[in-house]
Amino acid sequence: MSEPILSVEDLQVAFTTSGKTTTAVHGISFHINKGETVALVGESGSGKSVSALSILKLLPYPAASHPSGKIMFKGKDLLSADAAELRKVRGSDVTMIFQEPMTSLNPLHTIEKQIGEILELHQGMGEKDRKIRTIELLNQVGIRDPEKRLGSYPHQMSGGQRQRVMIAMSLANEPELLIADEPTTALDVTVQAQILELLNKLKARRGLSMLFITHDLGIVRKFADRVCVMTNGEIVEHGPTKEIFDNPQHEYTKHLLAAEPNGDPPASDDKAELIMEAKDMKVWFPVKAGFLRKTVDHIKAVDGIDLTLRAGQTLGVVGESGSGKTTLGLALTRMISSEGKIGFIGRDIGDYSFKQMKPLRSEMQIVFQDPYGSLSPRMSVAEIIAEGMRIHMRQLSNAEVDDTVCGVLQEVGLEPSTRHRYPHEFSGGQRQRMAIARAMVLEPKFVMLDEPTSALDMSVQVQVVELLRRLQEERNLAYLFISHDLKVVRAMANEVIVMRLGKVVEQGQATQIFDAPQTDYTKALMAAAFNLETASSGIVSQ
Amino acid sequence: MSDTASLESIPEAETYQGYKVGPFKVTPLNHRRWLGFKANKRGYWSFWIFMVLFIGSLFAPFIANDRPIIMSYKGEILSPIFKDYPEEKFGGFLPVTDYRDPANFDEISSNGWMIWPPIRYSYRTVNSELPEPAPARPSWRLSTDQVCGKYENGVDDAQCNYGNWNWFGTDDQGRDVSARLIYGFQISVIFGLILTGFSAVIGITAGAVQGFYGGWLDLIFQRFIEIITSIPLLFLLIIIASVLPPGFWILLGIMLVFSWTGFVGVVRAEFFRARNFEYVNAARALGVGNGTLMFRHLLPNAMVATLTFMPFVLSGSITALTSLDFLGFGLPPGSPSLGEMVQQAKNNLQSPWLAIMAFIVISTMLTLLVFIGEAVRDAFDPRKTFG
Repeated sequence: MSEPILSVEDLQVAFTTSGKTTTAVHGISFHINKGETVALVGESGSGKSVSALSILKLLPYPAASHPSGKIMFKGKDLLSADAAELRKVRGSDVTMIFQEPMTSLNPLHTIEKQIGEILELHQGMGEKDRKIRTIELLNQVGIRDPEKRLGSYPHQMSGGQRQRVMIAMSLANEPELLIADEPTTALDVTVQAQILELLNKLKARRGLSMLFITHDLGIVRKFADRVCVMTNGEIVEHGPTKEIFDNPQHEYTKHLLAAEPNGDPPASDDKAELIMEAKDMKVWFPVKAGFLRKTVDHIKAVDGIDLTLRAGQTLGVVGESGSGKTTLGLALTRMISSEGKIGFIGRDIGDYSFKQMKPLRSEMQIVFQDPYGSLSPRMSVAEIIAEGMRIHMRQLSNAEVDDTVCGVLQEVGLEPSTRHRYPHEFSGGQRQRMAIARAMVLEPKFVMLDEPTSALDMSVQVQVVELLRRLQEERNLAYLFISHDLKVVRAMANEVIVMRLGKVVEQGQATQIFDAPQTDYTKALMAAAFNLETASSGIVSQ
Repeated sequence: MSDTASLESIPEAETYQGYKVGPFKVTPLNHRRWLGFKANKRGYWSFWIFMVLFIGSLFAPFIANDRPIIMSYKGEILSPIFKDYPEEKFGGFLPVTDYRDPANFDEISSNGWMIWPPIRYSYRTVNSELPEPAPARPSWRLSTDQVCGKYENGVDDAQCNYGNWNWFGTDDQGRDVSARLIYGFQISVIFGLILTGFSAVIGITAGAVQGFYGGWLDLIFQRFIEIITSIPLLFLLIIIASVLPPGFWILLGIMLVFSWTGFVGVVRAEFFRARNFEYVNAARALGVGNGTLMFRHLLPNAMVATLTFMPFVLSGSITALTSLDFLGFGLPPGSPSLGEMVQQAKNNLQSPWLAIMAFIVISTMLTLLVFIGEAVRDAFDPRKTFG
């Protein structure tokens, strides 16, 4: 075995805020050999990103500090290196790609300028050489017609293309180690598969070593040579990928591996009460141009969709980002206006105004994606849950409202005595339970779930899925379940709509769609989601 | 890592019930802000000094007045501060008694007693026994002989005491500078507070409506505000002053027309940002009306920016009033005003105590307000609050 290119020994990371010191990472050790991919896996708050950022000393010093530890890169200790030495290592020997491709590129510079800057700084290339090299790099990362894209700004590119540009930037100086911090988390499954394939190819071609930080075990299984499982700032288990997956030793690893959404969706029943029906629904946003702001075109976010939803059943809506899933949900709940007929418990609400909708709001509820954003930070849990009751159940006294709040909190698995606390004191999973409690307390017939599990850790996801299914069974609820995560949809929905660019690609029984997809697009989506495989070009977006 | 396990791990001190600021129960967030405010020592002390000065100045008639606080005359207890007594009562002929008049002073002293405020001048009291032509020097720069030289019995006169000293001299009309400063401070701060309060109410409402509804309403209102802000305030005031008699409320009204626009920007921006937050949409999905949405869900966001802005608006209003008074377009003649004091100082360069005292009071007041403002800003800084 060759000398490790990077070895981290007993690394500790501590943060000091207003006199209090908390240790985020408690002495971890691992190493990366040449040409090897090591994955650092863990749930949020496990300290995996912090550990990775310490390698290049990118933490907010002096608030962050390292009470002990050594990070040896090619025989040099990076932790004790001074700023000038670090600058030489950063961006040339060791490079990093981040999770959010939207914010890691400067929105005011063209692609050519952003890549060229690195070449100029580290290699002192002239203008002509820079251009040639930039085109070469863009070619390598699979951007089509790189000559034409040189003058593009980041906002003119899709998320996947931006992440490709980020990778091109990080490869510009032929690094020996690439640190990838959740590089595909913000991307669609189909794009994620493409990016992972690209990284794999580059790794093989250049003998690149990689430190891959992720929470997604599927990716780890497929791409990493070795795995380090982190929780609470410690590496609890490490070893070759196959060994860890086949024979996990530590409790936490087992727990993590078991955290796959499972169980069965409700059975389809054609005789159940019809809750919602939409015919030829359209949401078109006008594109205006010219001095008189004439409507010249429309962005067809939702373009002619039919659906029916019965009590106790779940309709899953899947598709890549930008396919119009959420717009469809918002239009069905009349949060935005649409054309076409929407039938809801025997009424045509397609042209109801906000006022007309108000009495119906208690019957249809929404649970949003981000449990951190959907709860007002300035209201206590009790106030948040009671808000809807104060509108729709005015006859209740304060004591009755309080009783109901306690009851619903218990039902979603939260301690009622915590109802006077504020949302920020709770974890993401607990917050999502509150958001669910807020919707359930009004005893709705229909709930739109807009990616309710996407912002949560795997193990919490499983719990939320189970909770939602239990509530559905107890209350005979109709769910519209919007998600890009096909694993969760498979566990939740008995019927599925696959959307692309506002149109239905495929619609039908979930079992049929998952087991025997008909269209190429659905097939590609399934392959990317379940096996991380890429489709031939042209079927899915870039 | 279980979801419910972390519930128990929140220590008891973190809960809602535990937080108090003084006697008030507060939310954890506000408690942390209060700690943040306290952590800025300079601002914290400025706050208390300012409060002492301000509340003290509200009792100005008990500190500097030309009539006794309480007195006894022929067995009757009188309170001249609260009630005007005709001079007939003490054998004179004026409709309102001048208690500083030696005749009245002697009459009352021999038939009872008087408790005077520490400074026996009000802001409009002219010292008729000035030791030297106005503006007179501070009394401590003169000998006792000089100070009391004009009294009937000289140094032995009953009126020759510290209460009748002009601690900081007099202005060019023989009025006591210390009394005028106390009243001037009071009127400046009250003017600033009222103006800031009204501006905030109007500005927040306008900003909230514009930010929440957006569209044409916002567009039109923004142009309107641009027009208002491009009118030069001082010129307009000078023109209006020639038509309307300037007074406290008229000045306040005119300045209000201009000062509310400052709040609109911050509030509007906050509403713009927050109106599509998920929790606002969540409330909308519950059927919450627009009014409640704005008041309960959006306003708390905007309040942080507004409160941070407020001490600076306050000091700005005070400065504006002072400059108007300095130019002579401010409060009516005779009112105690810091600006007028500065103007007198400019006209009487041979009497530096005017300039020095006006400078000290104005700069202390503004410095305290800016320090308080900085501390408020620190306290509301979310990076510090949540960091």
